[in-house]
Amino acid sequence: MAEVLVYVDHVDGAVRKPTLELLTLARRIGEPVAVALGSGAENTAAALAEHGAVKVLTHDAAEYADYLVVPKVDALQAAYDAVSPAAVLVPSSAEGKEIAARLAVRIGSGIITDATDLEAGDEGPVATQSVFAASFTTKTRVSKGTPVITVKPNSAAVEAAPAAGAVEALAVTFSDKATGTKVTARTPRESTGRPELTEAAIVVSGGRGVNGSENFAIIEALADSLGAAVGASRAAVDAGWYPHSNQVGQTGKSVSPQLYIANGISGAIQHRAGMQTSKTIVAVNKDAEAPIFDLVDYGVVGDLFDVVPQLTEEINTRKG
Amino acid sequence: MSLRIVVTVKYVPDATGDRHFADDLTVDRDDVDGLLSELDEYAVEQALQISENSDDDVEITVLTVGPEDAKDALRKALSMGADKAIHVEDDDLHGTDVIGTSLVLAKAIEKAGFDLVVSGMASTDGTAGVIPALLAERLGVPQVTLLSEVSVEDGVVKGRRDGDTASEQLEASLPAVVSVTDQSGEARYPSFKGIMAAKKKPVQAWDLSDLEIDTDEVGLEGAWTAVDSAAQRPARTAGTIVKDEGEGGKQLAEFLAGQKFI
Repeated sequence: MAEVLVYVDHVDGAVRKPTLELLTLARRIGEPVAVALGSGAENTAAALAEHGAVKVLTHDAAEYADYLVVPKVDALQAAYDAVSPAAVLVPSSAEGKEIAARLAVRIGSGIITDATDLEAGDEGPVATQSVFAASFTTKTRVSKGTPVITVKPNSAAVEAAPAAGAVEALAVTFSDKATGTKVTARTPRESTGRPELTEAAIVVSGGRGVNGSENFAIIEALADSLGAAVGASRAAVDAGWYPHSNQVGQTGKSVSPQLYIANGISGAIQHRAGMQTSKTIVAVNKDAEAPIFDLVDYGVVGDLFDVVPQLTEEINTRKG
Repeated sequence: MSLRIVVTVKYVPDATGDRHFADDLTVDRDDVDGLLSELDEYAVEQALQISENSDDDVEITVLTVGPEDAKDALRKALSMGADKAIHVEDDDLHGTDVIGTSLVLAKAIEKAGFDLVVSGMASTDGTAGVIPALLAERLGVPQVTLLSEVSVEDGVVKGRRDGDTASEQLEASLPAVVSVTDQSGEARYPSFKGIMAAKKKPVQAWDLSDLEIDTDEVGLEGAWTAVDSAAQRPARTAGTIVKDEGEGGKQLAEFLAGQKFI
């Protein structure tokens, strides 16, 4: 069976959920061979094996943390040369897309970004993409070279599928371009204790109607009652009420959770682009005419300062 | 010292219009009004600020690849303050994908000559966001991408990249490719004077033969990817909408419990 390279996104050896989802998709096409780079790379092997990786290629060097993107491209290319895979799958993070794109040019292949599903096809893997603010769904193939495909979080279920997961050291020689862009300082983002926005099963968002950064506390309280991530519309972020890293929409994060709760968000195209593919959508808004109500499974026309705290209290009561 | 900046811009269908696909499954660019991609305005703005903060002799060239109408995007960038423009236009480019587009842009940038390339973080139509990385790869220069802050001094570009897990300070020697996000600073509006001046600024037209690109490397036939189908997403079925009469939060909780979210 053909092998499929899967680029591993991990933090000091802890594999992030989108990579496990990639393994589910990779198994539809062939045998997953994982590539884990940087500090803690070898510690990823157990989780990757449990979810279907037949092999885990690892390499650590200071270059991965000290220089931007290119060292990782060099390593993924080394893995590509060693394995000759049927496809290369990479998580659709900002960095993942950059790594994938540069690899594609180097190996003379086409690239598909932000796939939301992947199936085997007669002419190679077929990717589903959601385009034009999620108003269209396309099916796309790579028609030249080995398919390089980046896949968005929440595109597949994480499935246990135990495999060997044999760890092998990857031999990497860095190119002379690897040290071109130096990372001179790094400030880790402060952890909120909440799930990562793009990976969360439930997202609770606030918009213009929240009317002030201090009022985001009621959005956070609802999120915490559901174990959800917190999102914000561009209006709320531009007003300085919530960090840009939490922005949902065209120029922020694109999310596709099981449940999306929009509070005080009108639902402009900019916002819809980032949340329209959510499975269940709920909204609370004072304005009965707000376009967000065209999308909802359940909507409450009312003041979010009344409805949201009542909802939070009711959830906490039911949880006992 | 002189500093040659090339800003890549894209002419895109208006996101608030009814965007759709043509019969050959390329983006329909005829039925929806086009404009300079909003995210590229940030790139033009940062190029202008780099120029304004520099003691060097800075020349800003805006570059686009696209059909005749794409000149509108160049005019907008010129009216904001760019010095000159290059329009790569060729019938054989219709249907070119992201890999092909990066080839055309890279050849044009090389022909124009550059010390710094500034791009937006993504286009508002294709949204892949990979062109800056592809240009750095093809041009063989450092990529300093997704910056919310950027500065250039003494032949070195510095910037801040706010990633998912960390904020990073980056540094590279010129020549380099930079991309900037919508957090980099509000783009200026063209002044009346700027709009009038733009009419007199030169727009150079190049085709594929000027760039020595074979037609089998671009266009729909030459694309590295093939779109098999494009279907409009079915409209979401109308949901239940209730007016809050004092129990709205509890009613919503009941719905969420029924859906097993609680």
